[in-house]
Formats: sequence, structure tokens, C-alpha cells
Amino acid sequence: MTTTRRDPEYSGLPRWVFVPAALGMVFVVLPLFALTTRLDWSRFGELVTSESSLAALRLSLQTSLASTALCLLLGVPMALVLARRDFPGRQVLRSLALLPLVLPPVVGGIALLYTFGRRGLLGQTLFLLGVPIAFSTAAVVLAQTFVALPFLVVSLEGTLRSVGQRYERVAATLGAGPSTVLRTITLPLVLPGLASAAVLSFARALGEFGATITFAGSLQGITRTLPLEIYLQQVEDPDAAIALSLVLVVVAVLITVATTNYSERARG
Amino acid sequence: MHTRHGAALAATLLAATLALTGCGSGQPSASSSAGSAKTVTIFAAASMKTTFTSLGKTFEASHPGVTVTFNFAGSQALADQITQGAPADAFASANDANMATVTSAGLNAGESKQYATNQLEIAVPPDNPAKIAAFADLAKPGIKLVICAPAVPCGAATVKVEQATGVTLTPVSEEQAVTDVLAKVQAGEADAGLVYRTDVIAAKDSVKGIEFAESAKAINNNTIVALKNGPQAALGQEFVDLVLSAEGQKVLANAGFGAPAK
Repeated sequence: MTTTRRDPEYSGLPRWVFVPAALGMVFVVLPLFALTTRLDWSRFGELVTSESSLAALRLSLQTSLASTALCLLLGVPMALVLARRDFPGRQVLRSLALLPLVLPPVVGGIALLYTFGRRGLLGQTLFLLGVPIAFSTAAVVLAQTFVALPFLVVSLEGTLRSVGQRYERVAATLGAGPSTVLRTITLPLVLPGLASAAVLSFARALGEFGATITFAGSLQGITRTLPLEIYLQQVEDPDAAIALSLVLVVVAVLITVATTNYSERARG
Repeated sequence: MHTRHGAALAATLLAATLALTGCGSGQPSASSSAGSAKTVTIFAAASMKTTFTSLGKTFEASHPGVTVTFNFAGSQALADQITQGAPADAFASANDANMATVTSAGLNAGESKQYATNQLEIAVPPDNPAKIAAFADLAKPGIKLVICAPAVPCGAATVKVEQATGVTLTPVSEEQAVTDVLAKVQAGEADAGLVYRTDVIAAKDSVKGIEFAESAKAINNNTIVALKNGPQAALGQEFVDLVLSAEGQKVLANAGFGAPAK
């Protein structure tokens, strides 16, 4: 999020750096380009608007929005506590909260299964309460939230730290209560950061695959999100898999461009 | 320290580049054919994992200096990799359609041979919470049934049984691989799953198998063939021969595979 200002007079880069840098760029861009070369453009419209594609697209958007909302609901308070309060064990809690970031999603899926699954830690209670999670759309949202939450927490925590507490202190000395300070000072100050954090978690939720397929299963319209549909189409109709992959690439590009522009503008 | 790191990094990059270009061109690598150490690569359907791994050990014991490596995955994925030039010496497919992908591309050395059959069985958690006893029970309301997606061989077999019996299944999930179906039953998430008989045997006590007569309506033919472009095509053929031999057939029968229908 934070980039140091470049000095226009002096770049100070040894020339050889450009070679691996260029290789790295090619490594990232070439596969995406390869995807477009394999696409059957004449069938593109038909492939992405087929019944199963539309069902997957709709489900992906709905679940990703729901999990982003859940991430905001849980993640904003988490980031606030981690950024503003110093207490013993904070570092440990922080590491734990960020764990899903480095955990393979399939491991997250198995962990969720043994928590919310029918025979899981909470699953039996939930089942008795009449809230069966397994194989439901709710399971997809849980899986996505699990993997996307750290993105929101880590990126918002950074923003909170970088804006500092100057204005909050001033407001407090003028007699504003903590809730008022939070509402009128802190949140408006971090709004750009919060927005890009939310978009990041949305993107992560949209791409979620491993935890979903392990924990939620795969059924059209219920749990088969776009990445799961792509995985299945890879077997059934590779052209459809490529077309749908391209849809996700385009979404990813739009998200990246939007957040970079937004945060650059917010900074400058 | 720094230079050592740098050198190691450079070596890794170089190795990666070589590996990448090696794969891309699909050329047999020089190192595997030189000297006495040889590696024979077998692409086999995921359902063959246990039996082929055991046969691989047998093969290595009778062929000193030879290492057998396996690529176990869905037959369709393997067939795609082979037609895209992946260096494989033999291919074992879980159904005829994916074998046809490879043979119609002319990549087979000789004719493909049937070596085993497999059929569906119902897998339930050991305590069988939904009291499943027959295929028709799977269609009862409220049963959490997990099956394979129609696009993969076990799902195609499931569809065949549905058509033959007139029973319409309403699964809670259609998985990509038979192992995923089994995992959902093992975790107790699903009340029942449709998997292969061999999967039930391999899962030992973690699931209970329920055989049903209708499974005879959808028998999967497992076929195998050596590949002529393989870096060790001759050894690939020898592995195929081992699978078809009395010894290979015994290992397969013990795992629950049916004898090939001649």
C-alpha cells in the first residue's frame, strides 16, 4: 500500500535488474496471453451465457458480495483492535488472524469441514438448531470469508497505522466519545483504504476454489461457483473453461486497475 | 554468503528453464536414456493408485536400475496431457472414451488392451445413518447423496445406472473425482456416495460398501497401452505386459477389480 516517492532525477538502478524484471513480467503476462490464443472467439458469447455458466456467475457474485459484507462486519473491528490497542499477545493474535493468508485453501476447507460440518465441532449444534451448513450456499460464503478475511484485516490495519491518531486525539480532547471519534474521524479517514481492502477481499472471495470444493461441494446454482465451474468444464468442454477463465481475468484486471487508481488518487 | 545464494538461485533458475523447455518441446530428455539409470513414466487413472504403485515396486525389483514414476489423475486430464506432448511411456485409462482420445491421435504403440473392469458401489458412513440398503433408497427425500459429475467416468456410469433403473437421483453435490465423493462420505458429511467397488475396498473401515445389482448396467473398462513417443517406450510396453500378466491380474483382483471381459 505504501510506496516511497520516487526521485525523478535519480533512479539508481543497476541495469542488470531490468533483465529478471522483464522476465518476471513475461512470466505473468504470457500465460494470460496464451489463454486468449486458445479461445474460440466465435463461441465466446454462447459459452459464457450458457445456463451453467450464468448460474455459476450469479452464484459467484452473490456469495462474494455476501462474504465481503461478512468480512467488513468482522474484519473492520479486528483491524481496529489490532491497530489501536496494545495488549499482551497481540502479535500472536495477529499472526493467527492472518493464518488463512498463508494456509493452502484446501487445508482451510478441511478445517471448516471439521468445524461446521455435520460431524464437526459446531456442526451438530447448528444441525440441531436447524441450520445445516454442509452442501449449502452458506458453506460457500463461510469458505470465502475464511480465506478473504485476512486480506481485509491486514490491509486495513496498515491504513489505520499510516493515518495515525492525531485527529482522533484532538477530537477526544474536544470531548467526543470513542464511538463518535470512530464514526466521524477514524472511519472517514481510512475510507479509501477500507474501500480497496473490501475490493481485495471481494476478489479473493471470487477466486476461492480449494476451500469451497473441499467444504461446500459442487452443485449447479447452490455451491458451484465460477472457479468450480471452470474446473469442471475443463473436463467437459475445455473451450468453455477457457472462456470463463477469461471472464475472471477481465474481472481481475478491472479490480486491479480500479483499486490502484483509487488508492493513487487518494494518496496524491 | 551473498554470492553463494546468488549462484544457487541462478542454478535453480537455469534448472527451471531447462525443465520448462524440456516439457514444452516434448523431446525425450537425454539424461533418462543415458547410462543404466532409467525412468519409465506411467500415466494412470486415479483409481489405479494402490494397485499400480504396488506393481511398480514389482517392476523395479525385476528391472534393476529402473525407476517407475506415476502420474495418477483423472483419465481425461491424462489423455489431454499425452496428446499435448507430455512424455509418458504407457497410459492406463479408466474408460474407453479417454483411451480413444490417445489412440485416435496415433500415439499408441500397438493396440490398447482391456485389463480390468470396475463397477459402482454405494459407500455409506460405517454407522449408515440414513439406513441405505438398496439403490432406490438413494432417491429417498432428505438423503444427502454425493455423486460424480456426469462429465467424469464415475459420473457417466452413475447416469447409466439411473437410466437403466429409472431412479432419478437428486445429489447435494456432484464432485469432480471419485476420491472427492469418498472423502465426503468418510467425513460423515454425506449419507451416501456412489463410488467404485475398489474405492470401498481401499477405504477399509472408514466406509461401508453396499453392492447393488444394477451396477452391472454400467461397467467401466480399464484399458492400457504403451505409447510410441515415450522416452522409454520399450519399458512402457514391459509394464503393460506386467499388468496383463497373471501376477498383475492377481494384484488387481485383490483390490476388487473385475477380470477383463474378453
